[in-house]
Amino acid sequence: MNMAHSSELTSSLLYLDGVSVSFDGFRALNNLSLTIGAGEMRAIIGPNGAGKTTMMDVMTGKTKPDTGDVLYEGRIDLTKLDEAAIAELGIGRKFQKPTVFESQSVEDNIVLSLRGARGPFSSLWGWRNRVPQHDIEKILETVGLADHRKRMAADLSHGQKQWLEIGMLLAQDPKVLLVDEPVAGMTDHETEQTALLLRDIAKDHAVIVVEHDMSFVRALACRVICLHEGSVLAEGHIDAVSKDDRVIEVYLGR
Amino acid sequence: MSRALYLRHDRLGLGFLLVLCALGVLVPVLNLALPVSSAWHVPTYAMSLMGKYVCYALLAVALDLVWGFCGILSLGHGAFFAIGGYAMGMYLMRQIGTRGVYGNPQLPDFMVFLNWKELPLTWFGFSSFGYAMLMVILVPGLLAFVFGWFAFRSRVTGVYLSIITQAMTYAMMLAFFRNDMGFGGNNGLTDFKDILGFNIQSQGTRACLFIASIIALAGCYLLARFMVHSAYGKVLIAIRDAESRSRFLGYRVEHFKLLAFTVSASMAGLAGALYVPQIGIINPSEFAPGNSIEAVIWVAVGGRGTLVGAALGAVLVNFSKTWLTGAMPEVWLFALGALFIVVTLFLPKGLVGTASHYLKQRRDRHNVLPAGHPIGEAR
Amino acid sequence: MTSRILLPIVAMLALLASAIGMGASAAPTDEAFAKLASDQFAQIEQGIVELSAIGTPEAATVLEALSETKLFYAPDKSLVIKKSESQLVSPSGMVLSAAPAGLKQVRINNRVRRALESALGSLTLISPDPAKRKAAAEAVFKARDPLALPLITQALSRESDAGVKEAMVRARAAIVLASSDAADLERINAIDVLAEKGDQDVLALFSTVKTTAPASVKQAIDTAINTIERRLALLSSVQNALYGLSLGSVLLLAAIGLAITFGVMGIINMAHGEMVMIGAYTTFMVQEVVRARYPALFDWSLLIALPLAFLTAGAVGLVLERSIIRFLYGRPLETLLATWGVSLMLQQAVRSIFGPTNREVGAPAFMSGSVDLFGLTITSGRLWIIVFSLVVFVVLSLVLRATSFGLKMRAVTQNRRMAASMGIRTPWIDSLTFALGSGIAGIAGVALSQIDNVSPNLGQGYIIDSFMVVVFGGVGNLWGTLVAALTLGVANKFLEPLAGAVLGKIVVLVFIILFIQKRPRGLFALKGRAVEA
Repeated sequence: MNMAHSSELTSSLLYLDGVSVSFDGFRALNNLSLTIGAGEMRAIIGPNGAGKTTMMDVMTGKTKPDTGDVLYEGRIDLTKLDEAAIAELGIGRKFQKPTVFESQSVEDNIVLSLRGARGPFSSLWGWRNRVPQHDIEKILETVGLADHRKRMAADLSHGQKQWLEIGMLLAQDPKVLLVDEPVAGMTDHETEQTALLLRDIAKDHAVIVVEHDMSFVRALACRVICLHEGSVLAEGHIDAVSKDDRVIEVYLGR
Repeated sequence: MSRALYLRHDRLGLGFLLVLCALGVLVPVLNLALPVSSAWHVPTYAMSLMGKYVCYALLAVALDLVWGFCGILSLGHGAFFAIGGYAMGMYLMRQIGTRGVYGNPQLPDFMVFLNWKELPLTWFGFSSFGYAMLMVILVPGLLAFVFGWFAFRSRVTGVYLSIITQAMTYAMMLAFFRNDMGFGGNNGLTDFKDILGFNIQSQGTRACLFIASIIALAGCYLLARFMVHSAYGKVLIAIRDAESRSRFLGYRVEHFKLLAFTVSASMAGLAGALYVPQIGIINPSEFAPGNSIEAVIWVAVGGRGTLVGAALGAVLVNFSKTWLTGAMPEVWLFALGALFIVVTLFLPKGLVGTASHYLKQRRDRHNVLPAGHPIGEAR
Repeated sequence: MTSRILLPIVAMLALLASAIGMGASAAPTDEAFAKLASDQFAQIEQGIVELSAIGTPEAATVLEALSETKLFYAPDKSLVIKKSESQLVSPSGMVLSAAPAGLKQVRINNRVRRALESALGSLTLISPDPAKRKAAAEAVFKARDPLALPLITQALSRESDAGVKEAMVRARAAIVLASSDAADLERINAIDVLAEKGDQDVLALFSTVKTTAPASVKQAIDTAINTIERRLALLSSVQNALYGLSLGSVLLLAAIGLAITFGVMGIINMAHGEMVMIGAYTTFMVQEVVRARYPALFDWSLLIALPLAFLTAGAVGLVLERSIIRFLYGRPLETLLATWGVSLMLQQAVRSIFGPTNREVGAPAFMSGSVDLFGLTITSGRLWIIVFSLVVFVVLSLVLRATSFGLKMRAVTQNRRMAASMGIRTPWIDSLTFALGSGIAGIAGVALSQIDNVSPNLGQGYIIDSFMVVVFGGVGNLWGTLVAALTLGVANKFLEPLAGAVLGKIVVLVFIILFIQKRPRGLFALKGRAVEA
């Protein structure tokens, strides 16, 4: 899978080459290589334990790879940075299990996420204390939570929490969005809307979506990567990938 | 956008400050202006006792800032309190001058007794009140900063952090028990004569100390309140509830914790500094791990994450302690122990937290919440 | 057969003959006695030296009296020994009816005392009691009086007891080494002899001699000093290690119950120390009953107390888990506070029942006294605790590993839901595990009652140390606890001579605080996803 040329190296936003991670002898990632350019969208599929979440952990600095390069904008070595530094570079993440700040209101969740200075002192008396209503409203409307802005995040339904987390991701305004199972627990209608929203976002952001729901993946209409045992099994259009024998073997089933 | 920021919408906080003002004016007046025979006269010892409660309340507010809002259960805040107390005690010792038993103008009695020839370097400058006050704030803050810098950077959290903070105060207790530390060993510092030239025993000085404690509590409350109601406070709560999520949002969790921990330690030091002249002694037993845990239960009783509740809890528990240890000393530890159990099992939000939760339920959900509402539960 | 009996007799006769032979010449004895009856220290010293060379029983009596300050002299220079206020005897043992007028005490200064000690030393070299001979040889070693050389050489040739012989060889070597008259080669040989069992005394001797010795001797001394110092350093390390193991085993005992409740179950039980205290008080109760009813069983009282302490502390633990802790699972900070409350109540309960003062717990015969180990003395109580803590550790490991309860326990802690779905009643396993940990703490209390004060505060002294041990060793890992306890114990003892006991403890605490920040999961950390929870 080592097909990264120097041009790709510089043009790609996120570049993984030969990344391996193991936990106590278990190889979660095995010589994984992939690239994603600005404004591209990728859907990642694969069975449980294929390394999807670990891949995101590596990209966001939660897990340090044993070997391999993880480069951002072709020059920044992400393996040397911690979570906060990577987030500040512009890589945002939505977790598999929706993780919002439960004891704070919906709008505060957005305020916390908004892009901008994040130091303790600037948060004490800086702009984040005076965020214009308009900015929050705009994001909440995009994710359909405008009517819920004063509610505690804990009181939201599962699907609403998913939306809120996507809203937080939008507020962060990252260059790369890593979205882990965004439609779990959503109705069909909500799933469709999410797909539309992500496609919309992908116009000017790089997006990586991990999802099991094949109809959702199809709705995303982007290149699909199938992971298996920590490395790329197949990559290409959804139709090609879903017809790939090995993908059928390990993931889709016959 | 956040109306909670403004004090005039915060009935609880406003009420708290009004009560403090009232106490700060009334108690000294009733003590100084009324004759002892009057039924309304507040005896000086009672005023100092209240002053002690106010210092404890300040310690509780400091603890609530880190525990209630940031989820750092510090079992070592007693150490910061004691260090502040020692800094003040050192100033008071230097004020004794030649009035000590040995009449040595340079050395406190215990150093003469130990055959020391000159003042150790650590005591340098403590004859100046300003320097001593600076140390009251700086030394606990610095200790907290160094300790926190190591702990938070390597992501020691939860009970591990609690245990090492407890070990910290325990180690400090052992250290201060040693004579060669130069802080009076077992006996600590006592026999103070005067403060800023005023006799420390006199009624007027006592009243001033009481007022100073009230002002310190009010000031620190306002500072803590400003911190937790700003976006900084939102981040703290975010860290408390989902630390790793906050990191992925780009927040340097350790910086936020460090600031809260350091400010909180300085507040605790200030509390200790005001406590010592009103009690008249500071010794290593103030470092005892039990003291720090007791402070935690004050916060829990009042309601963590409420600031006002923490102060209230400190006063309530200590008032009960004074009363019970006088009336039925056997019962006190049973009562305190039971309090720990009952509060954690049945009153996890504390008094103020439970009350405002109840009020909140009665009100429309979509209304603006009063500030000082308990903000969820620490995990 | 006959020759075997005869030989000693002949030897004794020979000894007797020589003694009589010396005693026969009465004149030198009297002359020496006359020298003692003086107020000139130099003269007295001279007299002592002469008497030690004469070596008659009479001389010995007089010298002994002098060393006990019971020797007086009359104006006529005759000596009088004041056995008691009323009983006066002459050197030959004759009882004097009345005290001669103008008796004066024979005075002693340090020089005289030294001469006297060496004289007495040489005289008792031929005592029939081996212990006395050995003591005498040691005295000669200390005094290094060249005049004693012939005597010790003589005594050595007759000596049969190995231990005494060794002491005499050393004494003789010391004299040879110290005398500047001896040939260099002889002195170097003496150095070798001394270095073989060198101790602090030999080192002191070497350094005094070194200043005046010729170059070749000096060199030999330097080499020997190096050897001895190395060995002594090794010996003191062994001693530190042994004392450290002893302290470590106490830590292990205190912490091992916590390794179950905190390490395996993740429950922060601040009342753990009080479980230890309950065990100690159970021991006290058992001993009270045994003393009152069955005094013959006293030596067995600890053994009787063991199961009872286990059951009592275990029962308290069970009640604690069922009534409080199980409502707080998943809320470790709250558990910490609630159990702290329990610990306060337990302390006060014990204080109310038994009073605030220390209670006496006796040691059975087999645990009192001390054991000599490679020249180190260690009390047998400490030794038993080392053994006992290891036994507890092994038994506990076996219970966890080889019993069905242990299997269920591990299953529950590793995957609660899976265990539950396999029909394990997880709440009961939790309760029993907690009771087991508490019971072990109770057993620790039995042992700790032997070395610590049994008071309501007993547990408080252990709780922080125990947590440090478990955290340092790595949570969820019995081996880690073992290694951590022993390491900390030994480290503490090695720090003590450098920094003092309290400072050493502080250093260890600070070290652990820093260590936890470096490796938050302890020495032997479990890895993987289970840890994240």
